Amino acid sequence: MKLDARIPSGPIEKKWEKCRFEMKLVNPANKRKFSVIVVGTGLAGGSAAATMGELGYNVKAFCFQDSPRRAHSIAAQGGINAAKNYQNDGDSIYRLFYDTVKGGDFRAREANVYRLAEISVNIIDQCVAQGVPFAREYGGLLANRSFGGAQVSRTFYARGQTGQQLLLGCYQALERQVQSGRVTMYPRHEMLELILIDGKARGIVTRNLVTGQIESHIADAVVLATGGYGNVFYLSTNAKGSNATAIWRAHRKGALFANPCFTQIHPTCIPVSGDYQSKLTLMSESLRNDGRIWVPQQKGDKRKPSQIPEGERDYYLERRYPSFGNLVPRDVASRAAKGACDEGRGVGETGLGVYLDFGDAIRRLGKGVVAERYGNLFEMYERITGEDPYSVPMRIFPAIHYTMGGLWVDYRLQSTIPGLFVIGEANFSDHGANRLGASALMQGLADGYFVLPYTIGDYLASTKLDKVDASHADARAAQNEANAQVKKLLGVQGKRTVDSFHREMGKMMWDECGMSRNAKGLEKAIGHIAALEQEFWKDVKVIGAGEELNQSLEKAGRLADFFELAQLMCRDALERQESCGGHFREEYQTPEGEAMRDDDDFCYAAAWEYKGPGKKHELHKESLSFEYVHLAQRSYK
Amino acid sequence: MSAAATALTGKSADRPGFWANPIGKKAVMAVTGFVLFGFVIGHMVGNLQVYLGPEKLDAYAEFLQKTKGLLWGARITLLTCVILHVTAAFQLAGLQNKARPQKYVKKTSAGSSYASRTMYWSGPILLAFIIYHLMHFTTGQAHPDFQPGMVYRNVVTGFQSVPASLAYIVAMLMLGTHLYHGIWSMFQSVGINHPKYTPLFKKLAAVMAAVLVGGNVSIPVAVMTGLIR
Amino acid sequence: MKLTLHIWRQKNASSAGKMVRYETDASEHMSFLEMLDVLNERLIAQGEEPVAFDHDCREGICGSCGFVINGVAHGPLPSTTVCQLHMRHFKDGDELYLEPWRAAAFPVIKDLVVDRSAFDRIIAAGGYISVSTGSAVDANALPVRKKDSDMAMDAAQCIGCGACVAACPNASASLFMSAKISHLGLLPQGQPERMERALNMVAAANEELFGSCTNIGECEAVCPKGIRLEFIARMNRDFLKASWTFRADRVEGD
Ligand SMILES: Cc1cc2nc3c(=O)[nH]c(=O)nc-3n(C[C@H](O)[C@H](O)[C@H](O)COP(=O)(O)OP(=O)(O)OC[C@H]3O[C@@H](n4cnc5c(N)ncnc54)[C@H](O)[C@@H]3O)c2cc1C
Ligand code: HEM
Ligand code: SF4
Ligand code: FES
Repeated sequence: MKLDARIPSGPIEKKWEKCRFEMKLVNPANKRKFSVIVVGTGLAGGSAAATMGELGYNVKAFCFQDSPRRAHSIAAQGGINAAKNYQNDGDSIYRLFYDTVKGGDFRAREANVYRLAEISVNIIDQCVAQGVPFAREYGGLLANRSFGGAQVSRTFYARGQTGQQLLLGCYQALERQVQSGRVTMYPRHEMLELILIDGKARGIVTRNLVTGQIESHIADAVVLATGGYGNVFYLSTNAKGSNATAIWRAHRKGALFANPCFTQIHPTCIPVSGDYQSKLTLMSESLRNDGRIWVPQQKGDKRKPSQIPEGERDYYLERRYPSFGNLVPRDVASRAAKGACDEGRGVGETGLGVYLDFGDAIRRLGKGVVAERYGNLFEMYERITGEDPYSVPMRIFPAIHYTMGGLWVDYRLQSTIPGLFVIGEANFSDHGANRLGASALMQGLADGYFVLPYTIGDYLASTKLDKVDASHADARAAQNEANAQVKKLLGVQGKRTVDSFHREMGKMMWDECGMSRNAKGLEKAIGHIAALEQEFWKDVKVIGAGEELNQSLEKAGRLADFFELAQLMCRDALERQESCGGHFREEYQTPEGEAMRDDDDFCYAAAWEYKGPGKKHELHKESLSFEYVHLAQRSYK
Repeated sequence: MSAAATALTGKSADRPGFWANPIGKKAVMAVTGFVLFGFVIGHMVGNLQVYLGPEKLDAYAEFLQKTKGLLWGARITLLTCVILHVTAAFQLAGLQNKARPQKYVKKTSAGSSYASRTMYWSGPILLAFIIYHLMHFTTGQAHPDFQPGMVYRNVVTGFQSVPASLAYIVAMLMLGTHLYHGIWSMFQSVGINHPKYTPLFKKLAAVMAAVLVGGNVSIPVAVMTGLIR
Repeated sequence: MKLTLHIWRQKNASSAGKMVRYETDASEHMSFLEMLDVLNERLIAQGEEPVAFDHDCREGICGSCGFVINGVAHGPLPSTTVCQLHMRHFKDGDELYLEPWRAAAFPVIKDLVVDRSAFDRIIAAGGYISVSTGSAVDANALPVRKKDSDMAMDAAQCIGCGACVAACPNASASLFMSAKISHLGLLPQGQPERMERALNMVAAANEELFGSCTNIGECEAVCPKGIRLEFIARMNRDFLKASWTFRADRVEGD
């Protein structure tokens, strides 16, 4: 298979314009003759469905929550980047482009990233017009903050709830289309299969989560916007329902899966408190601006933090990275915390945590200033842990947060299956091996509002699409597959609960395919997970029936797909014999313990092809070239 | 016409009107409640003349009887207000029963006043009281020894009956709770709420409710204790 | 700690439900939902159906979770959704009654899960600003007073959880509606549709069989996002003004 990214020729700043000009348009009167399925109503799917509705297409939108407003985009706190240069601090489209390519450790496609930076500007305009209440200055103009290593202030934010406000804007636009009849919304529906007819994506099979009914939906094109797969690790900052089923099922039907091992770990999350822990909560990275991170110098030092004198504390980030100190990038900070805990110097009951201490900041700035800057976060921390961060240092630990990998798409966001488009976190496109803070929201909305609605038009206008309906043999076959999977899960009638399997696999993934990886561990994980998967199919216990609301059945189906994805992630991590961005292979590091990229051998996106159950995936490489941002090693010393 | 406009106008065609809307009804209740509130204040001030002796009170009553325009104007206004207020109350109560057909096994109040939760009790009790009160002191059927025109005497003989006095005291307490919530709630219903003024309205409501209860209750108490005879 | 739970169990929308008693153990560090997870793991092991409840983000922002604990929506801690409520706020031996939101507009689907799609329909009736993608002017073209913008944000924080309806003795959706009407009505971008929006959203809520507001404030007391009664007054104001001044025929004629 030859991967064609369909990147337009010409200078980078003209590519998107050229592409838009070259694309065929659908005549306005014809748009209503086309139907499009959008799976997922987060920032990416919600904005795409609303925009296509506005354009006049017939859209069917699906989500598994009870309302499109609950997609996990709602949880994003920090902000959204845009190259508006409202602060006049030297920002530009080119600079945002440059920062994103470099931040992604040179594993993203330049053309896509440039387009993203270009469109970022329109996103803010659109959102403000919808009524998104971004923070403002006293003069009434928009405020910005700086974020994640950028040297300019280009992040727009709405208190600590930027994702919520952006999502509500797009949800409202979506509901407007629902009212107008252009979009039909199917909440509490889960996609279980993709329907391919004549090699093209023509529909999906869903399970109605209330009645359990399994139905087929047919359309002229299918868009997947189902978010990330961080829940493969069981514990992550993702919502409990976030899953990989939609993209995994599409993958099994022929869509290549790119860079599955590229996952992002966020350094400032609230640590695990016990076995019952069900998810992890992120706290804004901004805490590292004033908090100092430390662990005791002594192993197994169980004294209270207040009893450990200054001289016996190790401020390891300040020690190892004197120029960036506590503000090193996410991956570096996360790995260093893990290192300290692996040495037995972790704090808290579980030993999996490091201190984030505001003692100095309070002495220097006063409690009032600290409260003003971080009051909300401190409150949240106290609500969860019951400890008061003004008097006791916070305990933090890294957690899985974002997945850069996803279904492979070309410049037009189409996967290797014609008619199957993938947007938002579900695709692999713009962040390379590491995502910069405040860039995921930007990408989701760029894809959904401004890219997909155009590129899908070109597909519809230039493709011959036969009239088909749900009685087509291929649709029926897909529906039977979905039915069979449900029956199989209910039929095992074993002894172990779904969660107990998921926890065990998640732990294995976290230990071996998490913050740092090595060949031996990855091989072990692959073997272990395969065995666990077999045990799952022999011993899982799912109570209840298929024809009703059955939350254990939902979880079981998602886990079944996570098992397969987890093995591919380990494979991908094993194959990528270099360290880059969020992927750190212990074998490939500098003598000082920093990541070592190998551009000669690994400057490509790894796109994996499914070859059938039990068969090995085949690797395809999309080689990446860097014509504008030149390959260079990151350094934060 | 754009798709969105179709949707909007489609809605407006069958949109219920002002009265058919709970918010509209509530506004009517607020305005009529306000009028009734004004009346009960005036009425109380008039009643308190009982402390000035029979001549003053009877003269006041006679003055009212003679100024037919004022009397009937007030009666019609009050009757209209009561009818509107009560009709709205009953219709909204019906809606509320439909809105929660299944009750909670356990329900605890998290932050509302007792008075506010019992508006739908205090109101109907007031209605019953108003009817009784009219039959007691205006038309006389419910009075043991009613003498037209002799207001002072009717009050004293009326309140010498303990059950009657108790009924008045209970009713006034109901009026107090009704207004303790009602007086600030009416502002909210017509859209007036401000972090600076609403707490004042609430204080005002408490003070007015207390004054009304105190003033009105004092009369039967004064009769029963023999202060007025 | 040991707890006695009385949980509303109901197979589906059409069957009758009842309170069922369970004994369970919990650690004080658990969240309330984790306590239920542990109970569910045990029920599954015993071959019984686990308790169904809605949840997703578990960080108090998606609005999925919510049920009534001992008569209070989202439980005893103010400004906190059940997913953010931790067991350290309870004590050994406590007896807890868990019930779903109860309202005609929120029919029970199963156990503690209810159907809140009425909220979506209220938003669809007018809870938006009509601006199609691509038609926006520059974001800084229209300055917004910081005070208005901040207050719009206060209102916009509503997570659509439905606790206000659950707590209201009249099952009124006023707090929810007023949050959206205020959010959009406070911004200059929301002005052109302000009257129409109030009329349409209020009308939609009536169709859904929500009750009327008695201004008692139970909603405000349980709202996890601090939405205030003040916004209900704003909604009333917009609605009253709109019903006296707004002429729908002008819109229809375009
Ligand atoms: C705690 C947290 C904080 C974050 N903070 C920031 C930030 O400050 N800035 C930033 O830029 N990014 C941030 N991110 C990342 C960003 O929020 C996400 O990457 C982004 O919102 C993903 O959007 P999406 O539309 O692709 O997916 P989602 O919003 O996850 O939406 C997925 C949709 O797909 C549906 N779905 C999934 N599977 C199925 C299925 N099988 N069938 C049917 N429907 C399905 C779901 O119902 C949902 O509607 C944060 C992420 C987290 C977790
Ligand atoms: C002396 C007579 C009365 C006075 C002064 C009075 C005054 C008021 C006032 C000021 C309000 C607040 C309005 C608002 O919230 O907008 C109110 C509410 C109410 N009144 Fe009365 N009222 C009187 C009699 C009655 C009667 C006879 C009824 C009987 C059925 C009644 C039932 C109610 C109810 C149920 C409410 C609450 C309405 C709601 O919030 O939904 N009232 N009243
Ligand atoms: S107003 Fe408050 S209680 Fe009501 S839905 Fe919104 S967040 Fe929930
Ligand atoms: S689960 Fe999202 S708010 Fe509670």
